[in-house]
Amino acid sequence: MSERNTTTIHSTPRPISSLWLKVLVIFLLQAFTIGTAQAADQYRTVSVADPYLEMHTGPGRGYPKFNIVDRGETVEILKRRTDWFLVRGPDGKEGWVDRAQMEQTLQPGGQEIEFARANQQDFTNSRWELGLLAGDFGGANIVSLYGAYSFNPHVAVEVWGSQILGNFSNGWMGSVNVVHETWPDWRISPFFTLGTGVIRTSPKSTIVQGEDRTDQIAHVGAGFRIYATRRFILRAEYKSYVVFTSRDDNEEVEEWKAGFAFFF
Amino acid sequence: MESRFRVLFLAIPLLALGLTGCASTKRLFGMGDDSAPPPAELPQGQVIEPEVERREIKEAKIDTEDFEIGLFAGIMSIEDFGSDLSYGLSLAYHVTEGFFVEGNYGRSEAGLTSFEILSGGAPLLSDDEREYTYYNLNLGYNILPSEAFIGEGRAFNSSLYLVGGLGSTRFAGDDRFTVNFGAGYRFLLTDSVAIRLDFRDYLYDINLLGEEKTTHNLTGTLGLTVFF
Repeated sequence: MSERNTTTIHSTPRPISSLWLKVLVIFLLQAFTIGTAQAADQYRTVSVADPYLEMHTGPGRGYPKFNIVDRGETVEILKRRTDWFLVRGPDGKEGWVDRAQMEQTLQPGGQEIEFARANQQDFTNSRWELGLLAGDFGGANIVSLYGAYSFNPHVAVEVWGSQILGNFSNGWMGSVNVVHETWPDWRISPFFTLGTGVIRTSPKSTIVQGEDRTDQIAHVGAGFRIYATRRFILRAEYKSYVVFTSRDDNEEVEEWKAGFAFFF
Repeated sequence: MESRFRVLFLAIPLLALGLTGCASTKRLFGMGDDSAPPPAELPQGQVIEPEVERREIKEAKIDTEDFEIGLFAGIMSIEDFGSDLSYGLSLAYHVTEGFFVEGNYGRSEAGLTSFEILSGGAPLLSDDEREYTYYNLNLGYNILPSEAFIGEGRAFNSSLYLVGGLGSTRFAGDDRFTVNFGAGYRFLLTDSVAIRLDFRDYLYDINLLGEEKTTHNLTGTLGLTVFF
C-alpha cells in the first residue's frame, strides 16, 4: 500500500451521500431539461481526419447515414451510448458516429484520440464485476446476483446474494468469498473460491411443520470465467457448502450454477 | 462426504502453489513488488528526447448514457385470480447496441377467483396473501432497431426487443421461482427519453387449488424511461 499524504488541505470528510445526490441531480436534470442546449464549452471538440465522418440517425449499425462532415471540419461530442457517439457538426446537425470512425478524428492540438473499448486485456485487469447466475442448489432453484472487486488479476473478493426457491422451503443466502484465478490472462480462466456466509430457510406455507432457521455456511468451489465479447463474461461454477446446523449433523449441499457477468 | 470436502479444501492451496510455481507465489496475493523493467536505452545519436505526450480524451468527460431507468404500469392477468393493475420500477444497462441486461421490480394485487365469487364462501387467501410482488433479472436483445415516422417531418428511433430471464414472485404466502419472457417496443422521444411498451409472460408453479400446475401470468405495461 502506498503511503497516504498526511498534509491534505481538506480536513472535512466528504459526505458519503454526495454521490447519490449527484446521481439524483443528474437524473432530475436529464428528466426536466430535455432538449435544452447545454453549455457548449462542456463538449469535447474534435476535428475530422478521415476524408469524411458519417452521421447515422441512431446509435446502431442499421440506422441510415444522413449527413457527412468533411475532413478538417470540427464536431462536438455530446454523449456516448455503448460504442456510438452523438456529435454535432458545424451546420448544427446532430448524428451518431461509431467508435471506429471517431478514432480517426484529431484533438484540437492535432493529437490522435483513443476511445476506451473493452477487450480481453480489460477482462484480465478490470476492477469491478457484476453478474447474474442461476442453477441448482441441492435440488432447489437458485438465483444469484454478485459483485466482485479485484485487488489484482489473481485475487478478488466477491459478495453474493441468492434466493433459493425449492419445493418444500425457500430461503435467502448471503456470502462473501475470496476468488483466486491462476491464469487470469486466459480467455477461459479457471478459478478457485473459498467463502462463508449465512443462509435463512423457511418452509413453504403448505408444509405444516418446520420453522424458520438461520445458519452459518462455509463453501469451497471452482469454476470458469469465460471472456465472451466487449464487457461480457460467461461464468459457470460448482460450490460445495457445509451448513452448520444446530442439530447433531451438519448438512452438505452441492450447487451448480451458470450465468453471465460484465466488468467495468 | 466430509472427506470429499476436506480434499477439495486441501486441493485449492496445493493446486495454486503447485501450478503457479513457487517463484510466482509472491504474486499470488499481490504482495510482492513487481520489479520495474530496465529503462529503455536512448537510440544512439538522438540528442533531444521527445516529450510529446499522447493525450487521451478523458472518457469520464464524455457523458456516457448506457443506463436506462424507468417506471411502468399496466395490467397483469394473474391466472385464476383475475386481471389487475401492475406497476413497478425498471433499470437496464446497455452493454452493446444489441444486448442489454435489466432488472425489474413490480407489484400487483390478486382479485377473487370465479369460485370465490360464485360460492360466496370463505375466501381462499387473506388480504396479505393477495399482495403480489415480483422481481426479475433479464437479458434483452434489440432485434429490430428501426425508425418511426410521425407525419412528414418527424422521425423517431425505436426498436423491437426480445427479453427473458429469471426471478421470483411472492404470492399466496410463498416465494415462487419465476421464469419470464416477452417482447417490447422502445420508442425514443428524444435521445435520452423513451416510452416502452412491454408484453411478458411470467411462469411459475403453484399448488394452491389442489394440484401443482404451471401458471401463465400475462402482463402488458407501458413505461417511461430515461437514459443516464
